[in-house]
Amino acid sequence: MSPNVTLAIIAGALVACGVYLITERSLSRILMGVMVAGNGVNLLFLVASGAAGGPPLIGVTPKEEMSDPLPQAMVLTAIVIALATAAFLVTMAYRSFQLNGHDEVADDVEDTRIRELAEADEASDSFEEIRFTDTGDDVVSE
Amino acid sequence: MISSIVIAHLVMALCAPILARSIGPRGYLVMALAPAVGFGWLLSLAPLVTGGGVYTESGVWIARLGVVVEYRVALLQWVLALIVTGVGALVLLYCRWYFDSGANPRTMGVLTAFAAAMLGLVTVDDLVLLYVFWELTTVFSYLLIGYDPTRRANRSAAVTALIVTTTGGLAMLVGIVTLGVQAGTFSLSAILATPPTGTLATIAALLMLVGALSKSALVPFHFWLPGAMAAPTPISAYLHAAAMVKAGVYLVAAMAPAFAGVPGWRPAVALLGATTMILGGWRALRQNDLKLLLAYGTVSQLGFMVLLSGFGTRASALAGMAMLIGHALFKSTLFLITGVIDHSAGTRDITRLTGLARQLPVVAVVAGVAAASMAGLPPTLGFIAKESALEALTYLTEAGGDGTGLTPMLAVLLLAAVVLGSVLTVAYTLRWWWGAFSDKADVEAVHLHRPSVGFVSAPVLLGTLCLVGGFAGEPLTALLQPYAARFATGHESHGLALWHGFTVPLWLSLLAIALGAVLFWQREAIARVQGTFPKVVGADELYTAAMKKVDSVAVEVTARTQRGSLASYTSIVLAVVVVLAGGSLLFTVHWPASIRPWDYLPQALIGALMIVAAVLAATSRGRLRALLLVGATGYGTALLFLLHGGPDLALTQVLVETVSLIVFVMVLRRLPKYFTNRPLRSTRWWRTVLAAMVGASVSLLALVAAGARVAEPVSVQYYEAAYSFGYGKNIVNVTLVDTRAWDTIGEISVLVIAATGVASLIFLRSRVQRVRPREGDSSFGARGMWLRASGALDPRSRSLIFEVVTRIMFSVLMLVSLYLLIAGHNAPGGGFAGGLVAGIALMIRYLAAGRRELDEAAPFDAGRLLGLGLGVSVLSAVAPALLGGKIFQSYDLTVIIPGWESLATPWGEWTLFGEMHLVSSTVFDIGVYLIVIGVVLDLTRSLGAGIDIQSEQDQAPVPEPESTRTRPALASEDDRITRYSTHGGGAPGGRGSTR
Repeated sequence: MSPNVTLAIIAGALVACGVYLITERSLSRILMGVMVAGNGVNLLFLVASGAAGGPPLIGVTPKEEMSDPLPQAMVLTAIVIALATAAFLVTMAYRSFQLNGHDEVADDVEDTRIRELAEADEASDSFEEIRFTDTGDDVVSE
Repeated sequence: MISSIVIAHLVMALCAPILARSIGPRGYLVMALAPAVGFGWLLSLAPLVTGGGVYTESGVWIARLGVVVEYRVALLQWVLALIVTGVGALVLLYCRWYFDSGANPRTMGVLTAFAAAMLGLVTVDDLVLLYVFWELTTVFSYLLIGYDPTRRANRSAAVTALIVTTTGGLAMLVGIVTLGVQAGTFSLSAILATPPTGTLATIAALLMLVGALSKSALVPFHFWLPGAMAAPTPISAYLHAAAMVKAGVYLVAAMAPAFAGVPGWRPAVALLGATTMILGGWRALRQNDLKLLLAYGTVSQLGFMVLLSGFGTRASALAGMAMLIGHALFKSTLFLITGVIDHSAGTRDITRLTGLARQLPVVAVVAGVAAASMAGLPPTLGFIAKESALEALTYLTEAGGDGTGLTPMLAVLLLAAVVLGSVLTVAYTLRWWWGAFSDKADVEAVHLHRPSVGFVSAPVLLGTLCLVGGFAGEPLTALLQPYAARFATGHESHGLALWHGFTVPLWLSLLAIALGAVLFWQREAIARVQGTFPKVVGADELYTAAMKKVDSVAVEVTARTQRGSLASYTSIVLAVVVVLAGGSLLFTVHWPASIRPWDYLPQALIGALMIVAAVLAATSRGRLRALLLVGATGYGTALLFLLHGGPDLALTQVLVETVSLIVFVMVLRRLPKYFTNRPLRSTRWWRTVLAAMVGASVSLLALVAAGARVAEPVSVQYYEAAYSFGYGKNIVNVTLVDTRAWDTIGEISVLVIAATGVASLIFLRSRVQRVRPREGDSSFGARGMWLRASGALDPRSRSLIFEVVTRIMFSVLMLVSLYLLIAGHNAPGGGFAGGLVAGIALMIRYLAAGRRELDEAAPFDAGRLLGLGLGVSVLSAVAPALLGGKIFQSYDLTVIIPGWESLATPWGEWTLFGEMHLVSSTVFDIGVYLIVIGVVLDLTRSLGAGIDIQSEQDQAPVPEPESTRTRPALASEDDRITRYSTHGGGAPGGRGSTR
């Protein structure tokens, strides 16, 4: 099968622009990146599905001239899910503005703390030193 | 029967929370029934088992895998099961008074469940199941030691016990699997009957020994047991004296007849057993806490028992069994009495107890009897057991080491070690009784409240048995002899008796008693001597250091791998795509033989525009501008779909793109005009390179993947299948609602979840909005108005033309959407496209006249629509199965409406309904349709109406002038609480706060 180069190039370009945006910190730009890259990935299905053809409607297009219906069904599902995902992300961005005044994805403070612990060569917070003294001070209850 | 008893225990355990709440500590009396019944039933086996018989019971557990539960009660198992159930019943009985201030439901349940696991452990024949029960006892022990998780002592003791015993347990599992594979069976009895030989079998046996030693707290695993004393005393009595720690001894005793001779077994058992015996006794001498003293004593005795049971001569096996019974009786008595003292006097510290012998004479006497048994004083069971042990060890000093090949020198050393251990045992026993009951001159009298009769009944009964056992040497010998006879090596024991004459063991016993008494008499001098011993690194310290190391390695690894930055994670993921997927291009030979530049030239033109739009979107600083450019790539994609031959796709893509544009604009009106600039600069070049490489990889991979496609596509068969099974002409739609309907079910579920997520991010508490009744609301316009709710709007924001167009378009759009839904099976359209059109119609109503108009158009909660849609879809999927077909099977129905085929008009013949072809999968599509409308309605309600309401209440973010930030808007207290919880920091000042 000889693939369509134009479509492959468009898909690659859209994915590249999407990746550039996805590696951002601003949630709304990440969202735009997901959408652009999503369009690119949907085009990949067209590359994979072979040559263009007539619409896959029985009675309208003869079987031989028909475009492949299966990738189309998959893309249709992807399109609608992309809408839902995008709506959820944009709401998260809104909420972030509402709470923090910006929509930047901050570094996880908990991970920063772990890095500080590692630099200080310390054990984690949940670690408990266990001692067994012969007097039983530490171990015996009640 | 054993199965039933085990299950009865577990059922009781499940009922424990109810009982503990309704009748309090008396629930323990009910719990005690289970082990008591077990004990009674085991007693009824006496004629069979003592007659040399074996009780077996098996039931199929998992038929397909051939897993069979087989219980096998021979003499050894019978004795242990009696101890487990008998002591278990008495301890549960005792708990009724010990916990009289309030029964912890969990402790009650877990203790009973533990009894079940323990009974299973000592009676089951399959080694894998034995391991399961083994680990169950570990887990229950963990829960019981950690009964009060707020206390550090309980937590760390529970964790230590768990880790040490499971580590040993894992070694044992390896041993079990190796042994099972070597022997070709996992049946313990079969393995013991014909033990496999060879290096692997030897290693397997030694690994099982490791498991047993860790469970029985032998050196170097001994340190967990004193820690486990953090559990309540009855639990210590049962788990850590009578039952669980005996599991190790049981395993050693069960395996010894077959495996005592393997290389390494006897040296390990002798060395570790004797060391443990001396070390435990030595440490017990120093304790001031009665319970801890007993705990070290238990460690010491366990060493002794493993030594005897594992050494594998006839005489030592008999002594080991006698010791096992004796220890279970006297140690549980002593623990329970410690509990009585603790409960009555409020302390169990030797330095604070005085004069208890006079106040509690009966308890003191019973304790004295049990203590005598522990010290090995006549006429108790402990004495006759120790006599037989010393006898077994003296045989080892003979030539040939009683058949074991032990050299005389080593045998004498071993004997000396055991005598030394006995000396220490006598000394700490005296210390215990003296500490608990004697009058001490310089100690204040303790205030005592009298224990009830029931409370002391269990220890009195057990203590009495210690004495009775002393006179039952002959029947005990007769009972245990068949077990000892299974060993091939060594003399037969003289048997258990109070009097054998002036034999060497008697002299050794007397020596131990005398030296022990001296040691106790000179206790202060001994304490000074103990203090001068150099401090050596103990196993416990090594354990602690190891645990700390594990933790800090985890911290290091986490700090290196988990950077906490989303951008760096995504970069890593994408870099992997470039390196692995992109890198594979270097090695592939499947490049396409030929390529087509394009199918149609316009593809290239549209593509060029899309690429320009995408690049501009990626570099744009303006939010709205970027959004419109992204939209342009989306509409471009729709055109490419159309050119490729996918009208359904193009239609859906255009509709989706429109809906998302509107949705985003609704949100963007509250956000700053520009993106933040800050992170753009620093990493821009790195991100450009990564983006270019990912893009190039994707393009090339697409070419290779498409070029490598040689097989006939599966969809070729869809052409026939679509019409003959799906009864539709639009193959894409048939694929969605029939051929691959499971995918669609998954997808619509995602839609429902996402819509719910959006709604909950905006409304926070409840998605159900009050749809205000319009009756009596003066802001509503008259009936003749174009859009009635527009009266509620600010006149300046109204547009009459828009309102008129909306009013007219709404009905048209709804009709179109229904047409798309119904026609979709045979022509472009379907539930998705139809639902989106209807959703857009609702959005237009909102845009034209605000949120009240939306309520007017859709006076119901979007959640109901989502639920209804999901319900209809699932029902249509399941209904065929109920009618005898398969899930998602389609049926067709042809309806002919006579007289309505066509309509003659002046412009020609119009086709009307005529022959209608209904397909059952349309019902599924209706579900999809409803869900899509619900999603769009929910988005409009949340991001349109919801944000409107928040603006009115000053809760929406307000862009700050000349800034890329907004003023955070948090008007209500509720929101502030939400803010804290969304930050994962808990309440201000709470533990784990990240600030």
